[in-house]
Amino acid sequence: MVSSASENLTRLLVLIGLFIIWQLVVQLVQPELLPSPVQVLEQLMVEIANGDLVYHLLVTLKRVAISFAIAMIFGFIIGALMGWFQWVNLLLDVPMTLALNIPALVVIIICYIWFGLNDSVAILAVVLNKTPMVIITIRDGVKAIDRGLLEVAKVFNMSHLKTFWNVLLPQLYPFILSCVRNGLSLIWKIVLVVELIGCSNGVGFKLGVFFQYFDIAKIFAYTFAFVICILLIETLIVQPLERRSHRWRHG
Amino acid sequence: MVRVDIHSKVYTQDKIIGELAFNAKETEIVAIVGPSGAGKSTLLNIIAGLDKNFVGSVSLPRTKGEKPNIAYMFQEPRLLPWRTVLENVCLVGDSTPSSFQRAESLLTKVGLADQLHAYPRQLSGGMRRRASLARAFLPRPGVLLMDEPFVSLDSPSAEALRASFLELWDDCGTTVVYVTHDLAEALSVADRVLFLSASPATIILEVAVNDKRPGTSLAKSIQSLQNQLLVEHPRLLNGYS
Repeated sequence: MVSSASENLTRLLVLIGLFIIWQLVVQLVQPELLPSPVQVLEQLMVEIANGDLVYHLLVTLKRVAISFAIAMIFGFIIGALMGWFQWVNLLLDVPMTLALNIPALVVIIICYIWFGLNDSVAILAVVLNKTPMVIITIRDGVKAIDRGLLEVAKVFNMSHLKTFWNVLLPQLYPFILSCVRNGLSLIWKIVLVVELIGCSNGVGFKLGVFFQYFDIAKIFAYTFAFVICILLIETLIVQPLERRSHRWRHG
Repeated sequence: MVRVDIHSKVYTQDKIIGELAFNAKETEIVAIVGPSGAGKSTLLNIIAGLDKNFVGSVSLPRTKGEKPNIAYMFQEPRLLPWRTVLENVCLVGDSTPSSFQRAESLLTKVGLADQLHAYPRQLSGGMRRRASLARAFLPRPGVLLMDEPFVSLDSPSAEALRASFLELWDDCGTTVVYVTHDLAEALSVADRVLFLSASPATIILEVAVNDKRPGTSLAKSIQSLQNQLLVEHPRLLNGYS
């Protein structure tokens, strides 16, 4: 999807336009519970200056990164086994369907009740929520593998490692990237809930505190900072990876 | 020496191959001609070791307990779409510089010198087939199996591919077992042609081609040999002797 410069300009103008409308509405109506963009920006500066925002943001991003990595690794292994061996699939199919449909909040609450309110449990709760999705996606990817190409590898005595890197992994790339993409957007939302309920730091915890004080400007400030972080990860890491894996389709 | 001795091959209750035995000598080109659906591809998969679910035995030349050095040119080129032509060919070799050079020279010989760094989807069907031919010869195979290698190409492309094949085969001295449904083509390329019956496949006729390999199915000698065969066995290509 190559977008021209003028299209990008339009997108930017829309964004600026939204902020202007927001500012105008606040100035005209002066609602009690809606701060203006300028106020939000002021609070953002305050929180950056006193170090709070950076600290809590990093704590949350660390939780996102750890639970993301664990969910991807376990999801990949189990999903690959399910895709490859029919009997593993048969065994785990029903548990996976159940796991996929349990609300995230239930998993979080149960984890906290059973294992206590601490950091590892917070990560466990996120992992349990995310892993089934990775498993299902990777399983479908492995099922779709072209056996004809594997026969080529076998006849020509390619080593297992070579076969994995050159024949299997490129076929799974789109599925892995889809996990990464959905994973990021899902995990950070779940991490915030986990923090809100049972952590004493992180963006979710801070949002809980601001909620109690009805400090809407700060809630917005934290939200913006966080969304920008996620967008940066998406633009600087996920999208370049995606382009690289699609190179052969266009070239 | 390739020795194939199959007693039966059953697939979902249908017997596809019956008693079927033949040998192929070193550097010999054996063509197997049979009606479509006669189990020709299944036969090649069995020889290649991809299909182990049959009764009988296959013995391939091997050097001191190593895996047999075979190559297989599948009916579809089966190139990795995410690797360039050169990478595709290099992948089946060891990663030494000499193997890399050999890949380049093979691709040049089959006329793909300008497409080394192209991806398979940028090539025409005939070019992909040629890349697949170059790949098959990279490991200097002791045995080369080919499944309808010249089929579904326009006749100049098929002729060019056949010429490339014969040139590479000449350099390499490989035993070749290949299946086709084109009698004239088989007679023009092979040393020996085996005819298969309809399913379950058995060998119904064996013809040695004494003629010096003309490489083209349009040669007079080939045409007359073909006519003579078809007069003697009018339903040969349908699988009856």
